[in-house]
Amino acid sequence: MKIFVCIKQVPGVSEVRIDPQTNSLVREGIPSVTNPFDKNAIELALTIKEEQNAEVIAISMGPPQAKEVLREALAMGVDRAFLLSDKAFAGADTLATSYTLALAIKRILKGSKDKTNYLVIVGAQAIDGDTGQVGPELAEELNIPQITYVQKFELKEKIILVERIFREEEIVIIETRVPALISVLKEINTPRNPPMSGIVKAYKKEIKVLNAEELKPDKRKIGRHGSMTEVWKIFVPERKGEQIILEGTNEEKVQELCRNLKNDKIL
Amino acid sequence: MDFALNDQQKMLKKITREFAEKYIAPVAEESDFNSKLDEKVFQKMKEMNYFGTCIPEEYGGAGLHDDTISFCIVTEEIGRLDASWGITTGVHCSVCAYPIYKFGTEDQKQRFLIDLAKGNKVGAFCLTEANAGSDAGGIQLSAEKDGDEWILNGSKIFATNGGIAKTLLIVAKSGEKGSRKELTIFIVDADTPGYSVGVKEDKMGVRASDTSELVFQDVRVPHENILGKVGEGFKLAMKTLDYGRISIAAQCVGLGQACLEVSIKYANERTQFGQPIGRFQGIQWKISDMACAVESGRLLTYKAAYMCDNGVEYGLASSMAKLVASEAAMKAAHSAVQIHGGYGLMKAYAVERYFRDAKVGEIYEGTSEIQRMVIANRLLRQGANIL
Repeated sequence: MKIFVCIKQVPGVSEVRIDPQTNSLVREGIPSVTNPFDKNAIELALTIKEEQNAEVIAISMGPPQAKEVLREALAMGVDRAFLLSDKAFAGADTLATSYTLALAIKRILKGSKDKTNYLVIVGAQAIDGDTGQVGPELAEELNIPQITYVQKFELKEKIILVERIFREEEIVIIETRVPALISVLKEINTPRNPPMSGIVKAYKKEIKVLNAEELKPDKRKIGRHGSMTEVWKIFVPERKGEQIILEGTNEEKVQELCRNLKNDKIL
Repeated sequence: MDFALNDQQKMLKKITREFAEKYIAPVAEESDFNSKLDEKVFQKMKEMNYFGTCIPEEYGGAGLHDDTISFCIVTEEIGRLDASWGITTGVHCSVCAYPIYKFGTEDQKQRFLIDLAKGNKVGAFCLTEANAGSDAGGIQLSAEKDGDEWILNGSKIFATNGGIAKTLLIVAKSGEKGSRKELTIFIVDADTPGYSVGVKEDKMGVRASDTSELVFQDVRVPHENILGKVGEGFKLAMKTLDYGRISIAAQCVGLGQACLEVSIKYANERTQFGQPIGRFQGIQWKISDMACAVESGRLLTYKAAYMCDNGVEYGLASSMAKLVASEAAMKAAHSAVQIHGGYGLMKAYAVERYFRDAKVGEIYEGTSEIQRMVIANRLLRQGANIL
């Protein structure tokens, strides 16, 4: 079985600055890291590999420096890594990204005997865009079942049994078969630290770069041109007013709250 | 000349830093108090290959045997959060596992090195005795040949990792040639009858790192456990220490870096006379002197490592690195406590531990005085152009 893990390089801090002139993220001085959810995806793939015969393949789309997160994935124990990188892919929204990722997965599957014996694992969302759309869109592109927000996972003889979080509080247990795509939550596992030997091995491996020429995409579906959405403005919400923490017993706190609301003419 | 770390080195640094912050830092204070390394961290360190950093993969190591700069980076990052761990893995790797890899037979590598590199067994290198420290010629622990075996009698003191080590490199007196003692290094398994651990030292600093007395009473060691040849002990011990000093230097750089980091943070946060104390010249000079000292130590350490990797004789460079880096760490710790004022004396602040941990660097694996002697002797004999 092949397990594809799609990973993304993101800025290392949750509070990034935005350049008000260009509406884009200020990346200077901010280290790039593997999207935390994606590490859980890698961990799950590696756990499956340890239990049964599987090849784990990491894929990332991004500029050449995104190789760094693939290198870390290899250090953790991923077998092969592919970087989808081309100027034509730049500016892609989630739809164009998932289309491109799907092309790469199909291309890698071409050589295998059983083209349906695969699993795609993605992180539930990326901490930069926070859309959580690439996974579901990728499943649609590949025309395979998808289960999102998975917190528990089991795989036996191609049957997948998962626990998924629904409406933030309900748990739904779902069964499906491979091929399928699942998106994972942080609760699913604790990602391993890559050992020193893993890092040394990772740098001996090749990261295959796939460009537009190799993936032969429909040019109308990739990059900025293939994007159905356009970012108009990115901004940090302005802080309005002060946060007040009330202390004391519940009764005292309620009285204090009422007094404040009356003072502010809300009550 | 390229001062930049390569991508692999950057990743090793980043991963080790993340690991150390996540696992080592939270228990460092407790380990210091208990004079014992944390067992859970120990297991994690094993999984991360930190017991075999400078050993090839085929012998269970990480494969950084020809990348001593990486070994330094790793030791530095571990030592940054806890000098005791920096010493434990640094000493284990550099003066026990590495010499077996470098000078040992294939049989010795199979029997000892693999377990060491995987962290299944801890290693130690034991030279110091009650009457032999700086002067290795004073060694009295004796080795007498008896058929295919050697019988070891005597004791070692201040052995780093001694009490927890299962594989020990023992420098013993195997004979005398005229007035000169003939030294030989034996690989001793801690399970050998007659071997026992004596007093575990209660130290001022690096308290979690084990320092023990080792006792040998008719310990029988097979001839095939001799590292190198009979009589090569002094030469091999000196070569071993050349490499070991790079590791000590790296651990000291890490400690110095830690002192600098907490001092900068404190100087920016602590307000007196209406402004952060970092605005005062008295504090600024301390910060800059600390930074210059630590960075000098780091550069000398990396240079010694670079020379080692490129097959250049690096004994002088490693002595200089060890001298400068250890004194830089002590100086940085001294200033760090001063910058923290009264808080610097409190157990609640890490600088209190850093101050105690720094001192050993100037003493073990050759005191600062011995380093100065070694450096001066070389220069006086060969001139300044050997630099």
